[in-house]
Amino acid sequence: MAELIAKTPCAGLLPVRHGGLSLTECAPTAIHHLAAYRGAAQLGVALEKAHGLGWPAPGRSTGAASARALWFGPDQALLLGPMPVAALARHCALTDQSDGWAHVCLSGPGAEEVLARLVPVDLRAGAFPEGAVARTALFHMSALITRTGAESFEIFAFRSMARTLVHDVSEAMKSVVAQRG
Amino acid sequence: MRITCPYCGTRDLREFSYRGAASDLERPDAEAPPEEWHAYLHLRDNPAGVTRDLWYHEMGCASWLVVTRNTVTHEILACDLARDVALKAREAKR
Repeated sequence: MAELIAKTPCAGLLPVRHGGLSLTECAPTAIHHLAAYRGAAQLGVALEKAHGLGWPAPGRSTGAASARALWFGPDQALLLGPMPVAALARHCALTDQSDGWAHVCLSGPGAEEVLARLVPVDLRAGAFPEGAVARTALFHMSALITRTGAESFEIFAFRSMARTLVHDVSEAMKSVVAQRG
Repeated sequence: MRITCPYCGTRDLREFSYRGAASDLERPDAEAPPEEWHAYLHLRDNPAGVTRDLWYHEMGCASWLVVTRNTVTHEILACDLARDVALKAREAKR
């Protein structure tokens, strides 16, 4: 039988550093997509009971580093961290997408400026505080972006686009650093 | 052009893709006369003024929207979830 080598989506591509800014691959974590069958009310209750996480409002997330729920669209969320209990599947289509996403962290002074070159949404702290989530375009790609700190963001893009993601963000990092002089 | 998604707020045009007239939501009954089906499938208005279109928030929350806009002034007058529009129309039929 073939011996398959497990590789993370950005293996060999990251980390990248430019003038205090860094782009790193986040530690691999379980990622599950929850799409409620009939509204999110019952699913929210089940999620709270099973994992202690509230149902995220549009554009928001709940929980903390090791267990989070990110809003992913109407009646949908991404569960990060815990393996979901089977009972959740009674209320939603539950899909394991752990290997489907390139999941990277952009941090350092000027992280906002880097994303401002790629993303048509205001991601400054006033409009996009910690825990906020946006499903939007990153250059030509669909992405999900969440703020994790004053100068740090996590970005999710489809795994097949990992190389493009790293390229686009790295180029924007370089240009922000170059303009700083 | 910017479109205000009921879920995501005001977003840039590049996040959306266009489908066509919102009359696509008003599908006739299966037994409706051929003329009605012909009108539904093939006949479209091309107004200089207010029009209603279906847009898809493709690079965002993946909602279908009914956008009411003015083709002369480019003003956007309303953005509603297509689901709500369709459900309301179904209620009105009853």
